[in-house]
Parts: sequence; structure tokens; C-alpha cells
Amino acid sequence: MARIIKELKTFTIPIIAVIVLVFIQSLSELALPTMMSDIVDTGIVKGDVPYILKIGLWMILVAAIGTLSAILASFVSSKVSSGFGKQLRYGIFFRVEGFSLSEFDQIGTASLVTRTTNDITQIQNFTVTALRMLIRAPVMAIGGIIMAVSKDAKLSLLLIGVVALLSVLIFFVSRKTMPLFKSLQKKVDRINLVLRDYLTGIRVVRAFNRTKREKERFHEANLDLTGTAIKVNKIMALLMPLMMLLFNFTSILIFWFGSVRVDNGAMQVGDLMAYIQYAMQIMFSLVMMTMMFIMVPRASVSAARISEVMDMKTSISDPQLSKKVDARGFIEFKNVSFCFEGAAEPVIKNVSFSSWPGKVTAVIGSTGSGKTTLMNLIMRFYDVTEGKILVDGVDVKEINQKVLREKIGFVPQNAVLFTGTIADNIRFGNESITGDMLKKAAEVAQANEFIDHMKDGYDSEISQGGTNVSGGQKQRLSIARALAKKPEIYIFDDCFSALDFKTEAKLRNALKEYTRQDSLIIVAQRVNTVMDADQIIVLENGAVAGIGNHKALMKNCEVYREIVSSQLSEEEIA
Amino acid sequence: MSERDNNMNRNSLRDRGPGRGPHGISMPVEKAKNFKGTLKRLIKYLMPMRMRLIIVGGLAMFSTVFNILSPKVMGKATTKLFEGLMMKLQGIPDAAIDFDYIAGILMILTVLYIVSALFSYGTQYIMAGVAQKTVFDMRKDISEKLHRLPLKYFDSRTHGEILSRVTNDIDNISNTLQQSITQLITSIVTLSGIIIMMLTISPVMTLITLITLPLSIFITKGIAKKSQKYFKMQQKMIGELNGHVEEMYTGHKVVKAFGYEEKSLAAFQRLNDKLYNAGWKAQFVSGIIMPLMTFVSNIGYVFVSVVGGIFVTRRVIEIGDIQAFIQYSRQFSHPIVQTANIVNIIQSTVASAERVFEVLDEEEEEVKGNEIPVQLEKIRGEVHFKHVDFGYKKDVKLIEDMSFTAKSGQTVAIVGPTGAGKTTLVNLLLRFYEIDDGRITVDGIDIRDLTREGLRSLFGMVLQDAWLFKGSIWDNIAYGKTDATDKEILKAAEMAHVDHFVRMLPEGYQTELNEEANNISQGQKQLITIARAILADPFILILDEATSNVDTRTEIYIQKAMSELMKGRTNFVIAHRLSTIRKADIILVMNEGKIIEKGNHEVLMEKGGFYSDLYNSQFLGKPA
Repeated sequence: MARIIKELKTFTIPIIAVIVLVFIQSLSELALPTMMSDIVDTGIVKGDVPYILKIGLWMILVAAIGTLSAILASFVSSKVSSGFGKQLRYGIFFRVEGFSLSEFDQIGTASLVTRTTNDITQIQNFTVTALRMLIRAPVMAIGGIIMAVSKDAKLSLLLIGVVALLSVLIFFVSRKTMPLFKSLQKKVDRINLVLRDYLTGIRVVRAFNRTKREKERFHEANLDLTGTAIKVNKIMALLMPLMMLLFNFTSILIFWFGSVRVDNGAMQVGDLMAYIQYAMQIMFSLVMMTMMFIMVPRASVSAARISEVMDMKTSISDPQLSKKVDARGFIEFKNVSFCFEGAAEPVIKNVSFSSWPGKVTAVIGSTGSGKTTLMNLIMRFYDVTEGKILVDGVDVKEINQKVLREKIGFVPQNAVLFTGTIADNIRFGNESITGDMLKKAAEVAQANEFIDHMKDGYDSEISQGGTNVSGGQKQRLSIARALAKKPEIYIFDDCFSALDFKTEAKLRNALKEYTRQDSLIIVAQRVNTVMDADQIIVLENGAVAGIGNHKALMKNCEVYREIVSSQLSEEEIA
Repeated sequence: MSERDNNMNRNSLRDRGPGRGPHGISMPVEKAKNFKGTLKRLIKYLMPMRMRLIIVGGLAMFSTVFNILSPKVMGKATTKLFEGLMMKLQGIPDAAIDFDYIAGILMILTVLYIVSALFSYGTQYIMAGVAQKTVFDMRKDISEKLHRLPLKYFDSRTHGEILSRVTNDIDNISNTLQQSITQLITSIVTLSGIIIMMLTISPVMTLITLITLPLSIFITKGIAKKSQKYFKMQQKMIGELNGHVEEMYTGHKVVKAFGYEEKSLAAFQRLNDKLYNAGWKAQFVSGIIMPLMTFVSNIGYVFVSVVGGIFVTRRVIEIGDIQAFIQYSRQFSHPIVQTANIVNIIQSTVASAERVFEVLDEEEEEVKGNEIPVQLEKIRGEVHFKHVDFGYKKDVKLIEDMSFTAKSGQTVAIVGPTGAGKTTLVNLLLRFYEIDDGRITVDGIDIRDLTREGLRSLFGMVLQDAWLFKGSIWDNIAYGKTDATDKEILKAAEMAHVDHFVRMLPEGYQTELNEEANNISQGQKQLITIARAILADPFILILDEATSNVDTRTEIYIQKAMSELMKGRTNFVIAHRLSTIRKADIILVMNEGKIIEKGNHEVLMEKGGFYSDLYNSQFLGKPA
């Protein structure tokens, strides 16, 4: 929480302004009963009508000043809270954009999204309420106490007793209800979970005729939730009448003791009337403050989640002096090992190989053998733990990340498209390409056909997450995007899986032509995708089990033979 | 006083719902399409508890009436005090304050307060039961309904959409029942009660106070209208900004690989600025409602003090009456704001109820009631498709006039590129979807003449990992057969080669499976589904050979387990392996959701169509 509050420093002056304005407003609220008591004690007792009118005019003036301050306070605090939200949001987004993949792994993409959106909204809402109430409540309470004491110090002892009693009541009730509220939330989550399970597994449930079991699970969760909800609400039902009773008894007591003092001449009737109003104000402020305390834990959860992102250091940074690179299309792995942070076992073990322009390198291996990680290392999404990766003869750690990635055309395993037109998506990495180049890229990626079939062609809109194109179309667009960049190194990370064999074969043929001058790395699971490559790297458990072309590997690599025999029949192997 | 406590009560309990909290009136509210009808239906849900509701109404009314009486009673005490004091001041001999009278009044007040508190507690207490019982029934109804809805319903909606109806919408209804109904009664009673009390004190002063009424309504309405515009804009901007964030974060790798960071930041800043502008305006405009309302009420207060003061000097009214009147006029504007608030809340609640009722009104899976019971001992497992027509949408036919027979023990291979819609066949065989025309029969009986349960008990399935649920490995295997013995389960696990890898897990069969379980590979998950199918021992089997993401050794186990499983059954195989395809008795070739070719390997190769293209390109590595 403290970390986030520090971020408010930019708004020091407006916040002080809000405090002053709220103070003025509170004073005016407090002044009204006092002036009313003047009307009673002076005006009515003496029967002085002009005096009553004069005070009346003053009261309107005071009320107007109060309202004006309140409006101004609302203006400033709206700007502060929205501005604060804006600042935090930008701060987080800026940071996250600079994160490497290890930071993403650590927190998780979904969680990062929530932190940038919901959590900040939570904080922003909290700031609004804090500026409106958190400041107002103590000011009102303190103001009320000062006024009360100034009217009658002795009677205030009674007030102190009541306030103490109220605090104890609030303390006990909240201690009792807090755990109940928590368990209520848990039970709501439980209902959600049971239902979500059913929805995701609906075909299984029905295929195995297990509807009854699911019904029972839901019924149990439902009963459980209802029981707790009734309990919570019954306790809450007690709280308000009890509080009201306390308030009302206080005013009775004040009246009783007050009237005795009036009788003694220690106090005036108007003062007593004003006094009761002060007492109410003080108690309401107290209750208001407790409401704030209920909000604080929730906001501080969000604050902690935001701070975590704010304080996270990017593990990969650019070198101070980026080396100049003249060559193009060379990659070399020198005894590279890589271990995820905190993991016991390295996922990449002592890998060495090289690739140069005009050459096709394929990487094959089962899931979890480290293929994708190997690709991530080339683009420096992670830093190697041991060894070196050279691109065009220079260690990737010594090249500016932007420069390095400009050299590479990358097609990820999961095709990701962005909102915008198809043309926007293909131009994603290189906005300056001509229309012809764009079309050429689409053609090579075998995407031109379906694009031409669309109503708006290249100007067709892709919806968020690319839900309006099929998986195979997404992959082809994602390939076109990499091709349009005209890089010197291509990385295809298992990105042909959603294509049918015919399209894949056509694509690979066209690709050969298009990338004649460049270095190509293809990660795949299918043997027939890698069979024609110049060199095939067989990965097993992060280590190289064999390097060579298809023929050579068939001869001397056991792992490769196993893969091949599991996918192709005898005659095809021959 | 009572209006404020209600406000606080509300804040503490219901700041979860949309449009609640301090800006209730100024936020835009979602409206129901059929307000009257839905409201009627909602009331029907409450009918069984009408007695309790009537009691609640009565209690709320009395509690409020007592609350309203108290300022007037208190005023009497003040008057007495003042009178005594004035007499003393005027030097009347033996003048004294009548403390006995005051004490009596205070006693009456004490009783009034206690009774009012008790009644108010009673309403909330009873409502807790009523509200929760009602939503319990609703949740139960909706859950049972979900089990009767056809798969079509679930496939055309996101999980989030369905979930939000069962949780958020029902939550919304529960909160409203708990709070707003009594509040509505209280507000209305307070409002009319206050007016009556004020009239009894002074009609002239009441008139002055009432003048402020249209003023506050005017202000609230005008500002609320304006702020709704900004809130809508803010909501829209939040949506756009969240969209951008989600997109950039999920595509982080691509953003980096293509050097898009700066452009992404620039776009973010643009959206963030717009959000800021809409946000502070919405906040500000809604934030000035309260001060303005207070101002109006303060002006009323001043008038009451001044006019009342003058009246007292002229002996028109008594001093205690001013005190009472001030309290009344202070309370006056709040029930108005609150009623406006509640009207909005009720609108959004009815909209929620409508969404819940929509689910309850969905068309259910048809149950005829005269189905033929399945006689397991007579089943052979022969499947017939006779002139079957089917399409997910009315105008797009995916299957047209398809006929074929899979005899007992035969294998049907379904072939085609990924995403070709191969699950369609599963949907039809298990009657997750109904065919449009023709018949599907099992051993000559139309599957529509069987109960769904009976039909499904004939089938076993081995599909992808989505077919496992959260729970232990043991439970997942046992899912295949209702009353399987431990021995049977173990045997199935052994046959499916599950046993050997499970034994190496620290928790063995009790290992929990969930989405992120990294202790179990995709291939091992598939072995578990095979074990489950072995345990179920079905007559007809549907299985998916897809084996990407599986390491080579597990792959070999899977193959072995599958061929073991397929023996002696009628098999529908979503085929990826050439050997399976070539051995199949019937090959169904699918593309873009349609079955485009049918026949065995030789026939299809001779035909020279899509299948032969596919076959050649796949296995020769050259374009056809």
C-alpha cells in the first residue's frame, strides 16, 4: 500500500487543496447548527425578529460557501483520482512492455492483464472514496468534537463514553463478520467451480451418464452457500438497529443531562439543540471511517499486486554500447545451456550448431524437449545460462534488442493476430512495405486465396483475438506477417500444425523460393515437414540427440528412428 | 437519521454489483426487454413466502412510523424545558423546569426507539431467510435446467456468459431482495409520514420545505442524465483499453519479435488519455449531486430556522416543534434520492431476472417417454446411417444424404485436415445434436427410440485431454463404470499401460489432475482416457488418434493400448495413422465440416479426388 501511496506524490498540491476545501465544507456544515442555536438563544428568547433574519442570511451565505467548496473539492478530487489511475496504468503498461518472457512466466499473462486493468480500477475507485470520505470523516469528527467541547465541556464526557462503546461494538461485529464474509466468498467461488467443471466437461458427463453426480455436487454447494448467506445476513440485520439504538439513546441521555445543566444555567436551550446535532455528526463520521477500514484491505490487495509489477526488474536489458553488425543470416550456438529461474534441471543442455544463409535447419523432438525454448533464446526472450549465441558473429547480449529482432522473422506456435485489417496484420513488423510486397508475402504463405474470397479482401477486419478466421488461416497470416518483414533469419516454431498436408507442402515449396538468401529454422513435430531440411537437429530432454540430414540420422540416430517409425509406415520409410 | 443508516448498510453489503454504491443514480442502468412480464414472474417466485413478506411489510412500516414519531415527541421535551427556562428568566416565582414531565417523555422515547429497532431487526432477519431461500430455488432450477439443455445451447455460448447468469445475476437478485424491498417500503412510509408530521406542526413551514422538493428532483434528474453520458463513454473506453492490454500482453512475444513496443505504447497512451477525460468528468458530474442536494436541504433548513424562529416569537408554534421540524426537513430529501436509487436497482434486478428466466425458458432436449429400453445382452453394435442430413445452421448442410453401414467389429476411419469438423460425428452418434433428416440406427433400432442414457451407455470414447476432469487419476478411470471394483479399475489401468507410469508418481493413483498439472504429460492423459474406456467396456468405440504433443515412447504405448481396446468392437476412429486408415472398412473424408468422400482406401484412391490428393501430399511430401 505504502508503495502505491508514494505514487500519489505528483498530486500533493491538488490533494492539499481537496483537504482544505473539505475542511471548509465541514466547517460550514458545523456552523449551521451553531447559528441556529443563536437564533434560539438570542433571537427567540429576546423576540428579536431582525436578528433572526440577519442570522438567516448569514446561514445561507455559509451554506453557499460550503456547497461551493464541496463542488470544487469534487472537481479536484475527480481529476486527482482519474489522473492517478492514468498514471499508474501507464506506469504498469510501460513496464510490462519492457518485460522479458521470464517476467511473464513468473506472474502469468492473465494475471498481468488483471493487474493492469481491474486492480488499477480498484485503486482508482478507492482513491475517489478516500478523497471524498476518508478526509471528510475525521474532519467532521474533529470539528464536531471541538464544537461540542466549546459548547459544553462537561457534557462531552458522556460523548466520549458513547464513542468508546461504539468503537467496541464495531470492533466485535467486524471481527465476527469478517471471517464469515470470507467464507461466503469461498462458497460463491465453489459454486462457480462446480458449474465451470460441468460446462467444460459437459460431453464427458453426458456421454458417461453422470448427470446425477453433477446435480448432487451443485446441490451441496448451493445448500452450503445458502446456509452461510443466511447466517451472514442475519448478523448484519442486527448491526444497524443496534447502532441506531445507540445513537438514539445517546441523544436521550444528552437531552436529560443537558436539561439539568440548562436548569443550572450552565447551558442554553439552543446550545443543547445544537449539541445533539454535533453528537450525531461525530458518530456518523465514526461509522463512515469504519466503512473505509473495510475498504482498505481490499484495496491493499490490489495495491500489493500492482507494486509487485512496479518493482519487478527486467532481467534482460540492452548493452550500453551496441555492437555494429555487418554480416547477415548467420546463427551460431556455442555450448548453450539454459535453466529457468528457480528450476533444478536445465531445459537446454550444451547445444551447439550453426546455420547460415540459404540453409534450412529443422528441429524435431517430442513435447517438452526444449524446441521452443531454443528459439526463444535466439531472439533473446531469455538469456542463456551458459555458453553463447552469436547472430552474424556477435553475441546476442551485445546487440541492441531491437536491432537483433529486426533481423528475425518469427512465426510463433500459437498464431496471434491483432485487431485491425488483414493488411495491418501483415504489415505489423514493417509498415513501409509496398502493396506488391504485401501481396507477395500473402501468396507465399498460401493466404492470398482465402483473403481474396473475403468481402473486403485485404481490408477485412480481424476481430480481437482473431476469432473470425480459422486456425489454419490464422497461421497462414502469421506466416505472411513474418515474410513481409523481409528479415535475414526466419524462425518457424511448429506453425504448420493447423494446415492440411496439401497446403503445407505448397507453402514449403513457395517458401524455398522466397527465402533463398536467408537462414531458415523450422521447428516441427511431423517427420515429413523436416525430411528435406539441410540439417535436422534431434532434441531429447534439452540435449542434442543427433544432427544431420534425414539419411544420416536414419542411419545413426536411435531417437530419430523411433520418431520416424511412430509416424510413417515401413514402406514410406524405405 | 434512519435514511443515512440505510445508505451505509447498502454500501457495506452491496458494493459488488454494478451501478451500486454512492453513484447509484448517476450510472446508466441496463433495462429489461419485458419489464412487466419478468417482474410478474419474479413475484411468482416469492409467492410461496407471501405471508412472511406481508409480515415484513408490516414490520417495516411500524418501525418507520415509530421512527418518524420520535422527533415530535422529543420536541415536546424541548418545549417544556424552554418554557420552564423562560418562566425562570421572567422571574415568575416558584418557576421551575418540569423534570417529571421531561423524564416521562424521555421514557416514551426510549420505548419508541427500542420497538422501532426491534421491528427493523425483524424485517431484516426475516428477509434474510426469504431472499436466500428464493435465490436457492432459482439456482437449483437453473442448474437442473442446464442438465436438460441440448449441447447446441452450450456450444453457441461462452462459459463466462452462462456462469454470469448463475452467479452475478442471481447475486444481484439476492441483494435486491435482501435490501431494496424493505428500503422501498421504508422510504415511501418515511416520505409520507414526514409530510404528515410536518403538516401537523406547521402547514406554512411544510409548504416552504415542499418547495425544495421539485428543486431537488430537477437537479438530480438533470445531472444524472449528463453523468450517464460520461459513464457510458467511460465504460466504452475501459473496454477498449482492456482490449488493447489483453491483446498486447497475450501477443507479447510477437510484439517484441516485431519491434512493435513503441507503437503499442503510443496506442495505449491515446486510449488512456481518452479514458482519463471521460473518467474525471463522469466522476465530477456525479460527485456534485450530493453537495447540491445538501445545499437545497440546507436552504430549507435555514428557512425553517428563520421562519420557525419568527413563529415562535409570535407564539404560532412552540420551540420544540422547530427542533422536530428541523429533524424532519433534514430527513426529507434522502428518501427521495433513495427511492430514485431503488427504482434503478429494481430495473437492473429485473434485467438480471430476465436473463435467468431466459435460461429457464430455453428449449430442452426432447424426451419422448416411450423409448425402448436397451437390452445389453442383445447388442451387437451395428451402426447404420440412412440418408442422413445434418447442419448446425438451418441453411448450411454439412452432411447430405449420407448412408453407410458399420457392421459389428468393423472400423470406420474419419480423415481430414485439422479443424475439419470431425467432432460432428461424435455429436450425432451420441445424440448431442439431432439429425435433420434420415435415420441413424444401432442394431436396427432408431437411436431416437432409445433413451439418451441407454444410447450413451453403448458407447466408449477416447478423445483429447479435455475429456478428463479435475480429480485423482483413480477417479478419472473409475468414471467409466458406475460401480467398478478396485480390481477392475486396476486391471483397466494395467491394460492401458497407465499402471507403470502411475507407480512412479509420488502420490500414485491419488495424483490430482488439473489444467496445469505438469506431472502428467499429454500422452499419459490420453492413456488414462483409454483405461477409462477399457473399464467401460462399450460395444461401440469412438476414438481420436491425434498424437501430436506426445513423446515417442508414450506414443508406442498409446498405439498398443488402442489396438487392444479396438478389438471386438465397432470403431469410429478419427484417424491420423496411415496404417489405421488403410485397414479401415470405411473411410469418411471430411473437409470444412462436410463429409465429401466415402469408401475404402482402394476405391478412394481410384477416384482421384480429395483423399488421393491428401494421401499423396502427406506421404510423398510433394504438392499434388
